[in-house]
Amino acid sequence: MNLHLKVWRQKSANAEGRLVDYEARNIPEDCSFLEMLDIVNEDLQAKGDEPIAFDHDCREGICGTCSLTINGIAHGPSATTTCQLYMRKFKEGETIYVEPFRARAFPVMRDLVTDRGSLDRCQQAGGYVTAAVGSAPDGNAIPVSKGKADLAMEAAACIGCGACVAACPNGSAMLFVGAKVAHLAYLPQGQPERDRRVLSMVRQMDKEGFGNCSNYYECEAVCPAEIPAIVITKLNREYAVASLKDTIGAA
Amino acid sequence: MSVLDSKIPPGPIESKWTRHKFESKLINPANRRKFEIIIVGSGLAGASAAATLGQLGYKVKCFCYQDSPRRAHSIAAQGGINAAKNYQNDGDSVHRLFYDTVKGGDFRSREANVHRLAEVSVDIIDQCVAQGVPFAREYGGMLANRSFGGAQVSRTFYARGQTGQQLLLGAYSALNTQIAAGNIEMFPRTEMLDLVVVEGQAKGIVTRDMTTGAIRSFAADCVLLATGGYGNVFYLSTNAKGCNATAIHRAYKKGAFMANPCFTQIHPTCIPQSGDYQSKLTLMSESLRNDGRVWVPKKKGDTRAAHEIPEEERDYYLERKYPSYGNLAPRDISSRSAKEACDAGRGVGPGGLGVYLDFADAIQRLGAETIKQRYGNLFDMYHQITGDSAYEGPMRIFPAVHYTMGGLWVDYDLMSNLPGLFVLGEANFSDHGANRLGASALMQGLADGYFVLPYTLGNYLVPQAGNRPSVDHPAFKQAEEEVRARTSTLLGIKGRRSVDSFHRELGLLLWDLCGMGRSEKSLKRALARIPTLRDEFWKNVNVSGQNEEMNQALEKAGRVADFLEFGELMCLDALERRESCGGHFREEYQTKDGEALRDDENFAHVAAWEFKGDRQPPVRNKEQLTFESVKLATRSYK
Repeated sequence: MNLHLKVWRQKSANAEGRLVDYEARNIPEDCSFLEMLDIVNEDLQAKGDEPIAFDHDCREGICGTCSLTINGIAHGPSATTTCQLYMRKFKEGETIYVEPFRARAFPVMRDLVTDRGSLDRCQQAGGYVTAAVGSAPDGNAIPVSKGKADLAMEAAACIGCGACVAACPNGSAMLFVGAKVAHLAYLPQGQPERDRRVLSMVRQMDKEGFGNCSNYYECEAVCPAEIPAIVITKLNREYAVASLKDTIGAA
Repeated sequence: MSVLDSKIPPGPIESKWTRHKFESKLINPANRRKFEIIIVGSGLAGASAAATLGQLGYKVKCFCYQDSPRRAHSIAAQGGINAAKNYQNDGDSVHRLFYDTVKGGDFRSREANVHRLAEVSVDIIDQCVAQGVPFAREYGGMLANRSFGGAQVSRTFYARGQTGQQLLLGAYSALNTQIAAGNIEMFPRTEMLDLVVVEGQAKGIVTRDMTTGAIRSFAADCVLLATGGYGNVFYLSTNAKGCNATAIHRAYKKGAFMANPCFTQIHPTCIPQSGDYQSKLTLMSESLRNDGRVWVPKKKGDTRAAHEIPEEERDYYLERKYPSYGNLAPRDISSRSAKEACDAGRGVGPGGLGVYLDFADAIQRLGAETIKQRYGNLFDMYHQITGDSAYEGPMRIFPAVHYTMGGLWVDYDLMSNLPGLFVLGEANFSDHGANRLGASALMQGLADGYFVLPYTLGNYLVPQAGNRPSVDHPAFKQAEEEVRARTSTLLGIKGRRSVDSFHRELGLLLWDLCGMGRSEKSLKRALARIPTLRDEFWKNVNVSGQNEEMNQALEKAGRVADFLEFGELMCLDALERRESCGGHFREEYQTKDGEALRDDENFAHVAAWEFKGDRQPPVRNKEQLTFESVKLATRSYK
């Protein structure tokens, strides 16, 4: 198939960017969106032009590295990661807009590559159970009901791609932070640091310039890991309880 | 030839590790702060080592090429992690896991290391549970297990089909505790381009900042490489696109020995290639073989759709050939059987390069809902990629390069022959012999990082106190100059062929000549063609842009240049190993019924290659393998 592309090109973080027109020719329907960009890049280099920079790695939907806004939708039209989006989803001759993830907390570094270090810093603020190596009791000494384990797993499945942030009109990271808070709040191992964790992660989230949630649910719609928006409800409840306890000195 | 001392502790195998831990040197907490440690790689091995060493009080710098340590390719492991917990009361034990791993590796791994791996496997599960890894549970709240290839017990712990992801995120969270505590400084988007050796000891690295292009040196008391395997030398593999051999290859060129590079694992259940544009292959977890049955039509060139082929005209070849292990035969054997069927013209799908993995019986027995619960995400992935539903018809699968058992040579302390250089996880060679069993890679990565290296590191560090050089040392300046010169050479060629076109050509050549089957003839052909391809690369490659910017073409070019050297070493190793074992199948050496024919008399050793210069052939050193606890025997899964 043949497609018209309008791709965001930006030389560096401080340079101005713009949409540039490219023709993608003879693209097989069974190739992925990133493989389509590979083909376009091969053509560009053959002509002596610089290839389009984009982030990608595992190309099987789990590492969370790939990150494009395609026709205005984070990861494009199939509610998967961009690497798992196949060209059969598009029509012959279609015009496709390819832009980086857009959010205040994700500055563009070059072309389609953004800096998502803000997500790591939210995790470093408290997205863990402090369990020194060597101190763990036997695995079966901490029974977890299947229901709780399944809920924890559902939230833990987050791949950290940041599509939720890019899709949110407020640039909020509450689905991302909520997923970690919920994952650990469901488990007995997460209890001792439960209040501290949520307070600290939310503080960091605000510091990084992420916006607030105002219930658009765009995040849930684009999430390739199908993290449910209920983790945001959970985050709000956890935060309210922890704040209250913090005020009375019980957190 | 150099003498290789594996430093295996004396005594019975069951007490070697306990004894070695006691005899290893300790460093008191106040003194640990004085040691700086470089860790390259943030996957299971790198992140777990960084977290543990940080927690102990060492000053750690951790580097990864990804934009975040959470994206290391350990994340893509699907099926599970083995541990000798015997929670299922089905006869498992440390000794059985040890035995299965040595046998699974076709008697080409080091016994003492494997036993230690089996011993610490149980602690890994405990540690991961404590971190909040959401392993699958039974209704009573206890941990669930499944079975995996090459074992007759259920010892595999799992988190849906995303076990690697959950374990890596566990290690990443441990890493984060130490970043937050100020014990670890993290350098994402930073690639190691050379190892720095000062007076015969590994004391630092030279890196390139992938955002700005800045070339920079880092000095430390020791260097840990946890940079994964070299599967991408084949271009198409299940590895992430960025996975590369540069760190281990550069270390090899600085004097570290490369062990058994010909031991590569071809995984039997991957989604077949669908066109020339394809950039990678996707694995379908081995766990699927718990419920899926592998078959091909009995008739050659049968083009009927799967559902039109009646039961009696199907050949469930693994069940037929290996009745006691059936569909759970180890990976090397399953892959070779698939190749055999396809070579005989009984493969299915385009080009006859595929076999069926059929869930019809399991769905009938257990219901689609149960199958969905067990493998839902894998079925979704298959559907996403191929457009077909595995609930309605069988999956079509084909073997693909997946894991590499070879790697840098290490002793029992995980230290290379180059003092100060430690190698962890897939990047080293020691535990899996000629074939790795499923669910053992995650086990080894975490064992090395959480429970082995933190104990053995002291043996090197204690006598080294105060011996850390500064980056002003001439060795750093020289390494930096070499890196800069190489980078500007790559950018200055301005030839006509893209980096990818060279990588594809190398990969195809290796797959054909040094893939699932190898022969003296094919390997000699590969060894004749690779240098020609490499020469063309250095004359005709086109790398656009400059160094002082984010330049993905330049990153790739450096990696492919190293693969073009590494691939040759791999073929040379395959040529010199005149026997078949595990994933290394030399067509000249097979039994009457086509099984691998080992030569224990001449090849029960590790081949450790020593670099002698760009224009000199490397030297093949040997470490003799002795088997005291497991009797050398023909491996049978029949």
